[in-house]
Amino acid sequence: MSKLRDLLTQTKDVVYTAEFPVIDGGGMDQVKKNVERLAPWFAAVNATDNTAAHAHASNVSVAIAMKQHGLEPIMQIVCRDKNRLAIQADMAGANLHGIENIALLTGDDVTAGDEPETRRVFDLDGPQAINVASILNAGTYLSGRKLNPAPNFFICAVENPFAPPHDYRIERAMKKHRAGAQMLQLQIGYHPDRLEKFCAGVAATVPELALIPSVVLVKSSKPLNFMNDKVPGISVPQDVIDRVAQSSDQAEAAYQLALEQCQHALALPGVRGLHITDFRHDETLERLMHDLGRTPNQYT
Amino acid sequence: MPKLLNLLLAVEHGMKKPVWDCTMCGQCVLHSTGMTCPMTCPKTLRNGPCGGVREDGHCEVKPEMRCIWVKAYDRKVSLPLPTVWKEHYNDLRPPVDMQLKGTSSWVNLVTKRDQQTPAGWAKRQEETHSH
Ligand code: SF4
Repeated sequence: MSKLRDLLTQTKDVVYTAEFPVIDGGGMDQVKKNVERLAPWFAAVNATDNTAAHAHASNVSVAIAMKQHGLEPIMQIVCRDKNRLAIQADMAGANLHGIENIALLTGDDVTAGDEPETRRVFDLDGPQAINVASILNAGTYLSGRKLNPAPNFFICAVENPFAPPHDYRIERAMKKHRAGAQMLQLQIGYHPDRLEKFCAGVAATVPELALIPSVVLVKSSKPLNFMNDKVPGISVPQDVIDRVAQSSDQAEAAYQLALEQCQHALALPGVRGLHITDFRHDETLERLMHDLGRTPNQYT
Repeated sequence: MPKLLNLLLAVEHGMKKPVWDCTMCGQCVLHSTGMTCPMTCPKTLRNGPCGGVREDGHCEVKPEMRCIWVKAYDRKVSLPLPTVWKEHYNDLRPPVDMQLKGTSSWVNLVTKRDQQTPAGWAKRQEETHSH
């Protein structure tokens, strides 16, 4: 049973999600530690798929481990590393293990990672992968061959309202919704006007599509500069960077910025929750959740 | 017949390569994508831009190149293309059929081979278009 689906479709609760840290070392003990840290605050947490084009313990394996430890996964599948057979195998594997939340993403390019010499696959693109998940939900593989029992995936996707062509992003969100996406995590961004326009446009046409904007907790202006310079698709306006850089207490200024972003996003139409990227800043995360009116274990 | 096919193939490639950098995917969608070929996207995305488009509208993978989907959107908005083509801009295009690579999309258009999709895909399109 997907708690995420129930929360979004049957309640008005605000849904907080996060990203499960990648697993390279520490084994199951590390999985357990991460679960203990995240479970009190989040309804469901992303099990990533070779995030930022770096190899890690696989999406399916981490999703299963999270589930075993009592944290609901949103299993991501990206199109960069797997062809349509492998993508469907991930889906069927998730189904076998009772994993219902899956998120389909196009994925960063291989050039973003530490093995840029690898072959990029992109046999499917994001919207096609979403549609394939819908096909599996109807009880067959892409080929028409039967899959029994059929999955009951709660299908999620990601969109970037902040990247050009801005006007088209709303239509693209609707395309993903038509393909079967019911929840849309939005990428990190620092242009509130673009977010407002996007949410208003989506909510006006497909109000049932749950929007989950992302907010990242940082401790200084350095990561803001990094994102602006090095992460394609993220631009941080100079006045935002300056506001943090020129403050006598950078950590506090960065925190206030994040809190404002959260409050701004939560007030927008169509927004049903937030995705928090915390870079393991535990105290800041607790403070933020507290300031947003949350207490631990509200979803259990 | 094979001779004619080869001739068509040569003519199609000869025309499309210089103008659109055609890779002969054999299932041309140029008309619905603002006359911009999605196969020149480094990720070969056929359903719109990825999330990595840079602030200046350039490509995540090749910063020196304008994102082909930014180009396509601009052209769709500004070029005097037939309305039906523009209406198809946001269609969900099926996964590329790798068996058609290197064949003539003109022939595949006439024979409707380029509209064949896997059974599961076809069934879903039928169902989603019927309501
Ligand atoms: S930025 Fe545009 S051209 Fe480059 S990979 Fe993404 S969609 Fe393709």
